[in-house]
Amino acid sequence: MLAIIVKRIGNAALVMLVVAFIAFMIFQFLGDPVQLMLNAQASQEERVALRLRLGLDQPVVMQFFSFVIRAVQGDFGISFRNQREVMSLIAERFPATFELVMVSTVLALAIGVPLGVFAAINPKNPAARIARMISMVGVSVPAFVIGIVLILVFSVQLGWLPAFGRGEVVQFGTWSTGLLTPSGRLALIMPATSLALFQISFIMRLVTAEMLEVLRTDYVKFARARGLPDRIVHFRHALRNCMMPVVTMTGMLIGDLIAFALVTETVFQWPGMGLLFVQAVMFIDIPVMAAYLMIVSVIFITLNTIVDFIYLAVDPRLRQTGTAGGANVR
Amino acid sequence: MKSFLKTSVACIAALTLTTFSAAAENVLKWGAQRDVVSLDPYSYGDTFTIAVLNHVYEGLVRYDDNLQIAPALATSWEVVSPTLWRFHLRQGVTFHDGAPFTADDVLASLTRVSDPASPLRGNLPAYQSAKKIDDFTVEVTTTPNYPLLLNDLTNIVIFDKEWLVANKAEAPTDVGKGVEGYATAHANGTGPFKVVSRKPDAETVFEVNKAWWDKPRHNIDKIVFTPITSAATRVAALLSGEIDFTNSAPLQDIPRLQASSDIKVLASNELRTVFFVFNRTDKTIASDITDKNPMNDIKVRQAMYQSIDIDALQKKVMRGLSRNTGSMVAPAIPGYVEALDSRLPYDPDAAKKLLAEAGYPNGFTFSFVCENDGYVNEEEICQAVSSMWARVGLKATLDVAPTSLQTAKFESGKFDVGILGWANEPMIDSYSILVQVVHSKTGTSGVFNWGGWKYPEVDALIDAAGKELDREKRLDFQSEALTKIKDDVAFLPLHQQPMAWATGSKVESLVQLTDNKPRHWLTKMK
Repeated sequence: MLAIIVKRIGNAALVMLVVAFIAFMIFQFLGDPVQLMLNAQASQEERVALRLRLGLDQPVVMQFFSFVIRAVQGDFGISFRNQREVMSLIAERFPATFELVMVSTVLALAIGVPLGVFAAINPKNPAARIARMISMVGVSVPAFVIGIVLILVFSVQLGWLPAFGRGEVVQFGTWSTGLLTPSGRLALIMPATSLALFQISFIMRLVTAEMLEVLRTDYVKFARARGLPDRIVHFRHALRNCMMPVVTMTGMLIGDLIAFALVTETVFQWPGMGLLFVQAVMFIDIPVMAAYLMIVSVIFITLNTIVDFIYLAVDPRLRQTGTAGGANVR
Repeated sequence: MKSFLKTSVACIAALTLTTFSAAAENVLKWGAQRDVVSLDPYSYGDTFTIAVLNHVYEGLVRYDDNLQIAPALATSWEVVSPTLWRFHLRQGVTFHDGAPFTADDVLASLTRVSDPASPLRGNLPAYQSAKKIDDFTVEVTTTPNYPLLLNDLTNIVIFDKEWLVANKAEAPTDVGKGVEGYATAHANGTGPFKVVSRKPDAETVFEVNKAWWDKPRHNIDKIVFTPITSAATRVAALLSGEIDFTNSAPLQDIPRLQASSDIKVLASNELRTVFFVFNRTDKTIASDITDKNPMNDIKVRQAMYQSIDIDALQKKVMRGLSRNTGSMVAPAIPGYVEALDSRLPYDPDAAKKLLAEAGYPNGFTFSFVCENDGYVNEEEICQAVSSMWARVGLKATLDVAPTSLQTAKFESGKFDVGILGWANEPMIDSYSILVQVVHSKTGTSGVFNWGGWKYPEVDALIDAAGKELDREKRLDFQSEALTKIKDDVAFLPLHQQPMAWATGSKVESLVQLTDNKPRHWLTKMK
């Protein structure tokens, strides 16, 4: 167990170094933040002086190393644009994104899995066909279109839901949540739905496909032959064996969504990390972009590790090999 | 019948109650296209941030309803000598935390803004030092005969010295040092509104300052400022009544907003003039003419000018909302002359003839560098103009990218034709464009002289204007400089770009000036 953790941390450090290096290479092509930080009235000397103070005159490799050295000490600097500490900026935004992603993931699992099972068990049922058709739309229509359509219907036409923002939030130390206030919950509905629609469709299609596969296997036939009721066959024998890819994909999707909920966040002015990143890119806010990419890689690595541990829980075979100490030998 | 009466009485009571409670507090919900970067007005040379923060902080002088300079925290001033200005300060003004406003506050603020690390230093180029005479008199030393100190001071807002000292914010935040400043997230000014709370990118709440020194012309109790970056969401929020005002209504949605009975659109032209600039060095950057630079021939520049169908551009690309111009500055800018506003006529045949005379009967290719996020419909403008030029044989290789990328190309002169827009802010005087854009690159002048154009006589006129305290004489110099560059077709002006605000049903009136800055201390709500 300890060996796995040490290996994981080593991997993580390497991945993050590579990500940081690639990021700094890309920053060189983004352009010059100094132009955006000073106004039209500033003289050439002031521009040069600011560039020097920011260390932008140094070669990329030097900029990269000084970033790594400071980052190791936990210092990510302050944002060029907001002039606030990068870590506190991100810490402030993270709860908003996390809440949005978690609610939409719960929605996706709660709706996607039962729908998928239903569609697999009753493939000819008209309701299942309709669900499959709608899921097609969910996979193919971009999130911002869904967001804007939702806003037009529920904010402009019906006036039921707010078009933007997070509503009222409750603060617990550095963490903030909108789940505890009525306006916060109302504000969450549309962004979470538009974000979840893709996940729902995706998980439903995945579960259906896997179920159809598993339902054809011998042990399901034997289970039926033993006279077990359908409910037990479907949910204990079949569904459980479909869960591996679903767990993997959900884990990856959560990572994806935390990192790239930026479209939904922009449409709904959801004050999360995605919105922060979009603005950082526009202003070439190098400290924010660099720290954000670091955090995203940490999230992905952590999620991957968690997914691995969930595997152990879901698949007893892995548990046995785990205790036996062998890697993949059976 | 009785029950009917009862219900109607109850209804009326309920109605009056709601109107009463609505009248009790006037909340203006403002949806902007983006957030202010900071609560510190000295943090960033950003006109929009300063415009929003002007609700909280004030300068010694300000612009009035006609963009004329008017007293604010200073009641009067005089020029003692060519290098010395004396300001008499307003008495009885207090900051939001209750501290009195005195000469020390002015000194602390001027020191802070002229700090080497201050991004706003360039806004006060002539400032040398300041001295306190008594609690309500300050003397400012400038470079000799600098005429635009008052214009510059409109944007230099005043902090409270005690507050700065108590919070260790005497110096501006230096991004290079990587340390956060207190004033970034806190504010304490003398203005008509005070900051109650701020959540970056989500919501900033301002409350009326009941102790404001000026007689309020507004009736707002609270402003809730929310950035809504997505244009479609902003429009939806306005239509659904979630916001009462936006200072950025997307041009393409104006007809739709106007169709709604509750919404009023205020569309006009702002101060910013958009124009093309030419590479005027000896060599082209990307052209099939390599031995010389055709842009140095006035006939070529005039051909480019006359092949632009400005009316088509105005109707199709700008949706009829821009103001076609032959002038490099908007009418509201001092130094503007009406005679300069006439354009060379659109005449593709004349353009072809001019090109033939210049020795390019079949035209030539050149690079055309353009941004996609700078000015209103910028990319579309460049695409349309490229195709207009193509009709007379001028083959532009259009290079479109974000400002942050293109600026590097402009600054290093890697373009044959480029685009630039100039609002003359915060100075609101044509001296701004003349010294920053038109002047050749010498000393601190000509920062935006990207193409290396050189007009020694014009430089002399600009330098003379920069040292002329007499306003009329100075403006004569500036107008003459503008005439000379127009005669040589040094630049290719297009239009003053449109601006559009929109208000919902709760706003009764507001003041929209050509500088495109919301001033809600002049806004009336119903």
